[in-house]
Amino acid sequence: MLIITVLGIILVVLGLWGMLTQKNIIKIIIGFSIMDTGTHLLIVSIGYIKDRTAPIMDKAVGNASQVIDPVPSALVLTAIVIGLAVTALMLTYAIKLFEIRKSLDINDFKELKW
Amino acid sequence: MITLFIVVLGIIMIMAALMAIYQKNLLSAIVASGVISLLASVIYILLAAPDVAMTEAAIGSGLTTIVFLYTLNKINKIKAKK
Amino acid sequence: MVKQLFIIITLVFLVIMLLPLMTEVKPFEDLSLVSQKYVNAGPDELGSQNLVTAVVVTYRGLDTLGEVAVLFIATAGIGFFLRKKAVEEKDMKSKASVLVRTGTALLLPLILLLGVYIFLHGHLTPGGGFQGGVVIASGILLLMLAQSDIKINISLLYWIESLSGAFYVIIGILGLALAGGFLDNRFLPLGDFGRLFSAGAIPIIYSLIGLKVGAELVGILNNMQRSQ
Repeated sequence: MLIITVLGIILVVLGLWGMLTQKNIIKIIIGFSIMDTGTHLLIVSIGYIKDRTAPIMDKAVGNASQVIDPVPSALVLTAIVIGLAVTALMLTYAIKLFEIRKSLDINDFKELKW
Repeated sequence: MITLFIVVLGIIMIMAALMAIYQKNLLSAIVASGVISLLASVIYILLAAPDVAMTEAAIGSGLTTIVFLYTLNKINKIKAKK
Repeated sequence: MVKQLFIIITLVFLVIMLLPLMTEVKPFEDLSLVSQKYVNAGPDELGSQNLVTAVVVTYRGLDTLGEVAVLFIATAGIGFFLRKKAVEEKDMKSKASVLVRTGTALLLPLILLLGVYIFLHGHLTPGGGFQGGVVIASGILLLMLAQSDIKINISLLYWIESLSGAFYVIIGILGLALAGGFLDNRFLPLGDFGRLFSAGAIPIIYSLIGLKVGAELVGILNNMQRSQ
Protein backbone atom coordinates (compact mmCIF):
# COMPACT_ATOMS: atom_id res chain seq x y z
CA MET A 1 0.00 0.00 0.00
CA LEU A 2 1.38 3.36 -1.02
CA ILE A 3 0.30 5.17 2.16
CA ILE A 4 2.31 2.79 4.31
CA THR A 5 5.37 3.17 2.08
CA VAL A 6 5.07 6.94 2.59
CA LEU A 7 4.62 6.41 6.33
CA GLY A 8 7.73 4.23 6.43
CA ILE A 9 9.78 6.88 4.61
CA ILE A 10 8.50 9.60 6.99
CA LEU A 11 9.48 7.48 10.01
CA VAL A 12 12.95 6.77 8.58
CA VAL A 13 13.51 10.49 7.97
CA LEU A 14 12.16 11.46 11.40
CA GLY A 15 14.34 8.87 13.11
CA LEU A 16 17.47 10.04 11.30
CA TRP A 17 16.54 13.66 12.08
CA GLY A 18 16.26 12.74 15.76
CA MET A 19 19.58 10.88 15.68
CA LEU A 20 21.39 13.81 14.11
CA THR A 21 19.87 16.70 16.06
CA GLN A 22 19.48 15.37 19.60
CA LYS A 23 22.30 15.70 22.13
CA ASN A 24 21.22 13.06 24.66
CA ILE A 25 22.56 9.58 23.92
CA ILE A 26 19.31 7.89 25.02
CA LYS A 27 17.43 10.15 22.59
CA ILE A 28 19.81 9.13 19.82
CA ILE A 29 19.06 5.46 20.53
CA ILE A 30 15.31 6.21 20.52
CA GLY A 31 15.81 7.83 17.11
CA PHE A 32 17.56 4.67 15.95
CA SER A 33 14.65 2.49 17.06
CA ILE A 34 12.18 4.78 15.25
CA MET A 35 14.27 4.46 12.08
CA ASP A 36 14.30 0.68 12.58
CA THR A 37 10.48 0.57 12.72
CA GLY A 38 10.25 2.77 9.64
CA THR A 39 12.56 0.51 7.63
CA HIS A 40 10.57 -2.57 8.59
CA LEU A 41 7.30 -0.89 7.57
CA LEU A 42 8.89 0.07 4.25
CA ILE A 43 10.05 -3.46 3.45
CA VAL A 44 6.78 -5.16 4.43
CA SER A 45 4.69 -2.61 2.51
CA ILE A 46 6.65 -3.35 -0.67
CA GLY A 47 5.77 -7.04 -0.38
CA TYR A 48 2.04 -6.37 -0.07
CA ILE A 49 -0.26 -7.14 -2.98
CA LYS A 50 -3.77 -5.73 -3.06
CA ASP A 51 -6.68 -7.99 -1.99
CA ARG A 52 -4.48 -10.89 -1.02
CA THR A 53 -4.09 -12.75 2.23
CA ALA A 54 -1.31 -14.05 4.45
CA PRO A 55 0.90 -16.82 3.00
CA ILE A 56 -0.54 -19.70 5.02
CA MET A 57 -1.79 -22.47 2.79
CA ASP A 58 -4.78 -24.65 3.61
CA LYS A 59 -7.95 -25.84 1.91
CA ALA A 60 -9.32 -22.33 1.40
CA VAL A 61 -6.08 -20.71 0.23
CA GLY A 62 -4.59 -23.00 -2.34
CA ASN A 63 -2.66 -21.30 -5.09
CA ALA A 64 -0.09 -18.62 -5.66
CA SER A 65 -2.54 -15.98 -6.88
CA GLN A 66 -4.13 -15.60 -3.43
CA VAL A 67 -1.20 -14.84 -1.14
CA ILE A 68 1.27 -12.01 -0.61
CA ASP A 69 5.04 -12.23 -0.95
CA PRO A 70 6.48 -14.29 1.96
CA VAL A 71 10.10 -13.20 1.49
CA PRO A 72 9.89 -9.62 2.90
CA SER A 73 7.93 -10.92 5.91
CA ALA A 74 10.61 -13.52 6.58
CA LEU A 75 13.38 -10.92 6.32
CA VAL A 76 11.67 -8.44 8.65
CA LEU A 77 10.81 -11.18 11.15
CA THR A 78 14.46 -11.84 11.95
CA ALA A 79 15.46 -8.20 11.57
CA ILE A 80 13.13 -7.16 14.42
CA VAL A 81 14.73 -9.62 16.83
CA ILE A 82 18.23 -8.48 15.84
CA GLY A 83 17.04 -4.88 16.28
CA LEU A 84 16.18 -5.57 19.94
CA ALA A 85 19.59 -7.13 20.62
CA VAL A 86 21.44 -4.26 18.92
CA THR A 87 19.36 -1.66 20.80
CA ALA A 88 20.15 -3.41 24.10
CA LEU A 89 23.85 -3.46 23.22
CA MET A 90 23.79 0.27 22.44
CA LEU A 91 22.02 1.00 25.73
CA THR A 92 24.71 -1.00 27.53
CA TYR A 93 27.35 1.18 25.93
CA ALA A 94 25.34 4.23 27.03
CA ILE A 95 25.36 2.99 30.65
CA LYS A 96 29.12 2.39 30.48
CA LEU A 97 29.74 5.84 29.01
CA PHE A 98 27.63 7.41 31.75
CA GLU A 99 29.54 5.51 34.44
CA ILE A 100 32.85 6.77 33.11
CA ARG A 101 31.99 10.35 32.16
CA LYS A 102 28.89 11.04 34.35
CA SER A 103 27.22 12.62 31.37
CA LEU A 104 24.88 11.58 28.56
CA ASP A 105 25.54 14.64 26.41
CA ILE A 106 27.13 13.59 23.14
CA ASN A 107 29.11 16.86 23.07
CA ASP A 108 31.07 15.75 26.13
CA PHE A 109 32.66 12.93 24.18
CA LYS A 110 35.27 14.69 22.11
CA GLU A 111 37.84 11.99 21.52
CA LEU A 112 36.83 11.37 17.93
CA LYS A 113 36.14 14.99 17.03
CA TRP A 114 38.29 16.63 14.40
CA MET B 1 -12.49 2.94 5.11
CA ILE B 2 -9.28 0.96 5.66
CA THR B 3 -7.38 3.85 4.08
CA LEU B 4 -8.90 6.29 6.58
CA PHE B 5 -7.95 3.95 9.42
CA ILE B 6 -4.36 3.75 8.19
CA VAL B 7 -4.18 7.55 7.81
CA VAL B 8 -5.33 8.02 11.42
CA LEU B 9 -2.84 5.40 12.65
CA GLY B 10 -0.09 7.03 10.62
CA ILE B 11 -0.83 10.49 12.03
CA ILE B 12 -0.71 9.10 15.58
CA MET B 13 2.59 7.34 14.80
CA ILE B 14 4.15 10.52 13.40
CA MET B 15 2.97 12.53 16.41
CA ALA B 16 4.42 9.86 18.72
CA ALA B 17 7.71 9.97 16.79
CA LEU B 18 7.88 13.76 17.14
CA MET B 19 7.07 13.42 20.84
CA ALA B 20 9.75 10.75 21.29
CA ILE B 21 12.30 13.06 19.69
CA TYR B 22 11.36 16.38 21.27
CA GLN B 23 9.93 15.44 24.69
CA LYS B 24 12.31 16.61 27.44
CA ASN B 25 11.17 13.93 29.92
CA LEU B 26 12.98 10.73 28.94
CA LEU B 27 10.30 8.47 30.44
CA SER B 28 7.60 9.95 28.18
CA ALA B 29 9.92 9.74 25.18
CA ILE B 30 10.53 6.03 25.81
CA VAL B 31 6.81 5.28 26.17
CA ALA B 32 6.09 7.24 22.98
CA SER B 33 8.61 5.13 21.06
CA GLY B 34 6.85 2.03 22.42
CA VAL B 35 3.53 3.39 21.08
CA ILE B 36 5.05 3.62 17.58
CA SER B 37 5.95 -0.07 17.62
CA LEU B 38 2.54 -1.09 18.97
CA LEU B 39 0.70 0.78 16.19
CA ALA B 40 3.14 -0.60 13.63
CA SER B 41 2.06 -4.11 14.64
CA VAL B 42 -1.57 -3.16 13.83
CA ILE B 43 -0.41 -2.00 10.40
CA TYR B 44 1.39 -5.30 9.80
CA ILE B 45 -1.92 -7.10 10.34
CA LEU B 46 -3.50 -4.88 7.69
CA LEU B 47 -0.57 -5.71 5.38
CA ALA B 48 -1.43 -9.44 5.77
CA ALA B 49 1.80 -10.26 7.63
CA PRO B 50 0.63 -11.78 10.94
CA ASP B 51 4.03 -13.34 11.71
CA VAL B 52 5.71 -9.94 11.65
CA ALA B 53 2.85 -8.41 13.66
CA MET B 54 3.33 -10.94 16.47
CA THR B 55 7.05 -10.30 16.63
CA GLU B 56 6.67 -6.55 16.58
CA ALA B 57 3.95 -6.52 19.25
CA ALA B 58 6.01 -8.67 21.61
CA ILE B 59 9.42 -7.14 20.97
CA GLY B 60 8.88 -3.58 19.85
CA SER B 61 6.42 -2.52 22.49
CA GLY B 62 7.28 -5.01 25.23
CA LEU B 63 10.93 -5.92 25.55
CA THR B 64 12.46 -2.83 23.91
CA THR B 65 10.56 -0.53 26.26
CA ILE B 66 11.65 -2.60 29.26
CA VAL B 67 15.29 -2.53 28.20
CA PHE B 68 15.10 1.26 27.81
CA LEU B 69 13.46 1.57 31.24
CA TYR B 70 16.11 -0.58 32.92
CA THR B 71 18.75 1.67 31.39
CA LEU B 72 16.99 4.82 32.57
CA ASN B 73 16.66 3.38 36.07
CA LYS B 74 20.34 2.45 36.14
CA ILE B 75 21.39 5.92 35.00
CA ASN B 76 19.19 7.58 37.60
CA LYS B 77 20.75 5.37 40.28
CA ILE B 78 24.28 6.31 39.25
CA LYS B 79 23.18 9.97 39.25
CA ALA B 80 21.74 9.64 42.77
CA LYS B 81 24.91 8.01 44.08
CA LYS B 82 27.14 10.78 42.76
CA MET C 1 23.85 26.87 12.12
CA VAL C 2 26.02 25.26 9.47
CA LYS C 3 25.48 21.93 11.21
CA GLN C 4 21.69 22.18 10.95
CA LEU C 5 22.04 22.97 7.26
CA PHE C 6 24.20 19.90 6.70
CA ILE C 7 21.66 17.73 8.52
CA ILE C 8 18.83 19.08 6.38
CA ILE C 9 20.82 18.51 3.18
CA THR C 10 21.53 14.92 4.29
CA LEU C 11 17.86 14.27 4.95
CA VAL C 12 16.83 15.80 1.62
CA PHE C 13 19.24 13.46 -0.15
CA LEU C 14 17.84 10.54 1.82
CA VAL C 15 14.30 11.45 0.75
CA ILE C 16 15.39 11.80 -2.88
CA MET C 17 17.00 8.38 -2.60
CA LEU C 18 13.87 6.79 -1.17
CA LEU C 19 11.44 8.62 -3.47
CA PRO C 20 11.63 6.05 -6.31
CA LEU C 21 10.08 3.54 -3.88
CA MET C 22 6.94 5.67 -3.93
CA THR C 23 6.79 6.67 -7.58
CA GLU C 24 8.53 4.04 -9.66
CA VAL C 25 8.05 0.77 -7.82
CA LYS C 26 4.52 -0.01 -8.82
CA PRO C 27 2.47 -1.93 -6.29
CA PHE C 28 3.14 -5.52 -7.23
CA GLU C 29 0.49 -7.07 -9.41
CA ASP C 30 1.93 -10.52 -8.92
CA LEU C 31 4.60 -12.32 -6.95
CA SER C 32 8.19 -12.07 -8.05
CA LEU C 33 9.58 -15.19 -9.70
CA VAL C 34 11.51 -16.36 -6.64
CA SER C 35 8.48 -15.98 -4.38
CA GLN C 36 6.31 -17.67 -6.97
CA LYS C 37 8.59 -20.68 -6.83
CA TYR C 38 8.50 -20.68 -3.03
CA VAL C 39 4.71 -20.37 -2.90
CA ASN C 40 4.03 -22.98 -5.58
CA ALA C 41 6.60 -25.53 -4.48
CA GLY C 42 6.69 -24.88 -0.72
CA PRO C 43 3.66 -26.82 0.51
CA ASP C 44 4.38 -29.94 -1.55
CA GLU C 45 8.13 -29.86 -1.26
CA LEU C 46 8.50 -29.08 2.44
CA GLY C 47 5.03 -29.85 3.81
CA SER C 48 4.81 -26.55 5.68
CA GLN C 49 1.50 -24.67 5.74
CA ASN C 50 3.03 -21.39 6.80
CA LEU C 51 5.23 -20.26 3.93
CA VAL C 52 7.00 -17.59 5.98
CA THR C 53 8.23 -20.41 8.20
CA ALA C 54 9.31 -22.39 5.14
CA VAL C 55 11.34 -19.41 3.90
CA VAL C 56 12.86 -18.62 7.31
CA VAL C 57 13.76 -22.17 8.30
CA THR C 58 14.59 -23.92 5.07
CA TYR C 59 14.87 -21.86 1.91
CA ARG C 60 16.75 -19.07 3.70
CA GLY C 61 17.90 -21.21 6.62
CA LEU C 62 21.52 -20.17 6.37
CA ASP C 63 20.54 -16.51 6.83
CA THR C 64 18.58 -17.44 9.95
CA LEU C 65 21.61 -19.27 11.33
CA GLY C 66 23.63 -16.11 10.74
CA GLU C 67 21.05 -13.92 12.44
CA VAL C 68 20.94 -16.21 15.47
CA ALA C 69 24.73 -15.89 15.58
CA VAL C 70 24.41 -12.08 15.52
CA LEU C 71 21.94 -12.30 18.38
CA PHE C 72 24.42 -14.45 20.32
CA ILE C 73 27.25 -11.99 19.76
CA ALA C 74 25.12 -9.04 20.91
CA THR C 75 24.09 -10.98 24.04
CA ALA C 76 27.71 -11.85 24.75
CA GLY C 77 28.66 -8.19 24.43
CA ILE C 78 25.95 -7.12 26.87
CA GLY C 79 27.03 -9.80 29.33
CA PHE C 80 30.64 -8.72 29.01
CA PHE C 81 29.93 -5.06 29.72
CA LEU C 82 27.41 -5.45 32.53
CA ARG C 83 29.09 -8.32 34.33
CA LYS C 84 31.28 -6.64 36.93
CA LYS C 85 28.81 -4.78 39.10
CA ALA C 86 26.57 -7.73 39.77
CA VAL C 87 28.19 -8.92 42.99
CA GLU C 88 28.58 -5.86 45.17
CA GLU C 89 25.16 -4.26 45.44
CA LYS C 90 22.22 -6.44 46.22
CA ASP C 91 20.42 -4.52 48.94
CA MET C 92 17.50 -2.08 48.53
CA LYS C 93 15.39 -4.39 46.42
CA SER C 94 11.77 -3.38 46.93
CA LYS C 95 9.13 -6.09 46.85
CA ALA C 96 6.30 -6.01 44.31
CA SER C 97 2.71 -5.72 45.51
CA VAL C 98 0.56 -8.74 46.40
CA LEU C 99 -1.50 -8.22 43.24
CA VAL C 100 1.52 -8.51 40.97
CA ARG C 101 2.92 -11.54 42.80
CA THR C 102 -0.38 -13.46 42.79
CA GLY C 103 -1.06 -12.54 39.17
CA THR C 104 2.38 -13.73 38.21
CA ALA C 105 1.92 -17.08 39.95
CA LEU C 106 -1.33 -17.49 38.03
CA LEU C 107 -0.17 -16.24 34.64
CA LEU C 108 3.40 -17.49 34.35
CA PRO C 109 2.60 -21.14 33.47
CA LEU C 110 0.04 -19.98 30.91
CA ILE C 111 2.51 -17.57 29.30
CA LEU C 112 5.21 -20.25 29.10
CA LEU C 113 2.66 -22.69 27.65
CA LEU C 114 1.66 -20.09 25.03
CA GLY C 115 5.31 -19.62 24.10
CA VAL C 116 5.84 -23.36 23.64
CA TYR C 117 2.59 -23.59 21.65
CA ILE C 118 3.69 -20.79 19.35
CA PHE C 119 6.99 -22.33 18.44
CA LEU C 120 5.70 -25.90 18.14
CA HIS C 121 2.99 -24.74 15.71
CA GLY C 122 5.32 -22.52 13.70
CA HIS C 123 4.74 -24.49 10.51
CA LEU C 124 0.92 -24.41 10.84
CA THR C 125 -0.10 -21.04 12.25
CA PRO C 126 1.42 -17.54 12.33
CA GLY C 127 4.34 -17.54 14.71
CA GLY C 128 7.40 -19.63 15.25
CA GLY C 129 10.67 -19.81 17.08
CA PHE C 130 11.38 -16.12 17.27
CA GLN C 131 7.91 -15.17 18.51
CA GLY C 132 7.71 -18.10 20.92
CA GLY C 133 11.12 -17.31 22.36
CA VAL C 134 10.13 -13.70 22.88
CA VAL C 135 6.88 -14.72 24.63
CA ILE C 136 8.85 -17.01 26.97
CA ALA C 137 11.31 -14.20 27.68
CA SER C 138 8.43 -11.85 28.53
CA GLY C 139 7.05 -14.48 30.93
CA ILE C 140 10.39 -14.71 32.72
CA LEU C 141 10.52 -10.90 32.72
CA LEU C 142 7.19 -10.83 34.57
CA LEU C 143 8.66 -13.24 37.13
CA MET C 144 11.72 -11.00 37.54
CA LEU C 145 9.51 -7.94 38.04
CA ALA C 146 7.31 -9.67 40.61
CA GLN C 147 10.12 -11.19 42.69
CA SER C 148 13.12 -8.99 42.23
CA ASP C 149 15.33 -11.10 44.49
CA ILE C 150 14.96 -14.18 42.32
CA LYS C 151 18.13 -15.74 40.97
CA ILE C 152 18.01 -16.89 37.38
CA ASN C 153 20.11 -20.03 36.99
CA ILE C 154 22.83 -18.76 34.66
CA SER C 155 24.42 -22.14 33.99
CA LEU C 156 21.02 -23.58 32.98
CA LEU C 157 20.56 -20.70 30.51
CA TYR C 158 24.06 -21.31 29.23
CA TRP C 159 23.40 -25.00 28.66
CA ILE C 160 20.01 -24.44 26.98
CA GLU C 161 21.51 -21.81 24.72
CA SER C 162 24.61 -23.68 23.67
CA LEU C 163 22.93 -27.09 23.31
CA SER C 164 20.11 -25.73 21.14
CA GLY C 165 22.63 -23.84 19.01
CA ALA C 166 24.74 -26.98 18.60
CA PHE C 167 21.74 -29.17 17.73
CA TYR C 168 20.60 -26.54 15.21
CA VAL C 169 23.88 -26.89 13.34
CA ILE C 170 23.88 -30.70 13.72
CA ILE C 171 20.40 -30.90 12.17
CA GLY C 172 21.62 -28.65 9.36
CA ILE C 173 24.51 -31.03 8.69
CA LEU C 174 22.14 -34.05 8.87
CA GLY C 175 20.12 -32.35 6.14
CA LEU C 176 23.30 -32.01 4.12
CA ALA C 177 24.16 -35.67 4.58
CA LEU C 178 20.74 -37.32 4.25
CA ALA C 179 18.71 -34.93 2.06
CA GLY C 180 19.22 -32.17 -0.46
CA GLY C 181 21.37 -29.60 1.33
CA PHE C 182 22.32 -27.72 4.46
CA LEU C 183 19.25 -27.29 6.73
CA ASP C 184 17.09 -29.34 4.38
CA ASN C 185 14.15 -30.59 6.44
CA ARG C 186 13.31 -33.61 4.34
CA PHE C 187 15.48 -36.21 6.06
CA LEU C 188 12.49 -36.84 8.33
CA PRO C 189 9.18 -37.97 6.78
CA LEU C 190 6.97 -35.07 5.71
CA GLY C 191 3.83 -36.62 7.22
CA ASP C 192 0.28 -35.47 6.59
CA PHE C 193 -0.03 -31.89 5.41
CA GLY C 194 -1.46 -29.73 8.21
CA ARG C 195 -0.77 -32.03 11.16
CA LEU C 196 1.43 -31.12 14.11
CA PHE C 197 3.97 -33.85 13.33
CA SER C 198 4.59 -32.97 9.73
CA ALA C 199 6.93 -30.90 7.61
CA GLY C 200 9.98 -33.01 8.42
CA ALA C 201 12.49 -31.28 10.65
CA ILE C 202 10.89 -27.80 10.59
CA PRO C 203 9.19 -28.09 14.04
CA ILE C 204 12.43 -29.39 15.57
CA ILE C 205 14.55 -26.61 14.06
CA TYR C 206 12.04 -23.93 15.04
CA SER C 207 11.79 -25.29 18.60
CA LEU C 208 15.57 -25.13 18.90
CA ILE C 209 15.53 -21.55 17.56
CA GLY C 210 12.79 -20.73 20.07
CA LEU C 211 14.76 -22.12 23.01
CA LYS C 212 17.90 -20.34 21.87
CA VAL C 213 16.21 -16.97 21.32
CA GLY C 214 14.31 -17.29 24.61
CA ALA C 215 17.47 -18.14 26.58
CA GLU C 216 19.40 -15.30 24.95
CA LEU C 217 16.72 -12.68 25.62
CA VAL C 218 16.36 -13.87 29.23
CA GLY C 219 20.13 -13.49 29.49
CA ILE C 220 19.94 -9.88 28.21
CA LEU C 221 17.12 -9.00 30.63
CA ASN C 222 18.86 -10.76 33.52
CA ASN C 223 22.08 -8.84 32.90
CA MET C 224 20.15 -5.58 32.67
CA GLN C 225 18.28 -6.29 35.91
CA ARG C 226 21.21 -7.54 37.94
CA SER C 227 23.22 -4.44 37.10
CA GLN C 228 20.55 -2.23 38.73
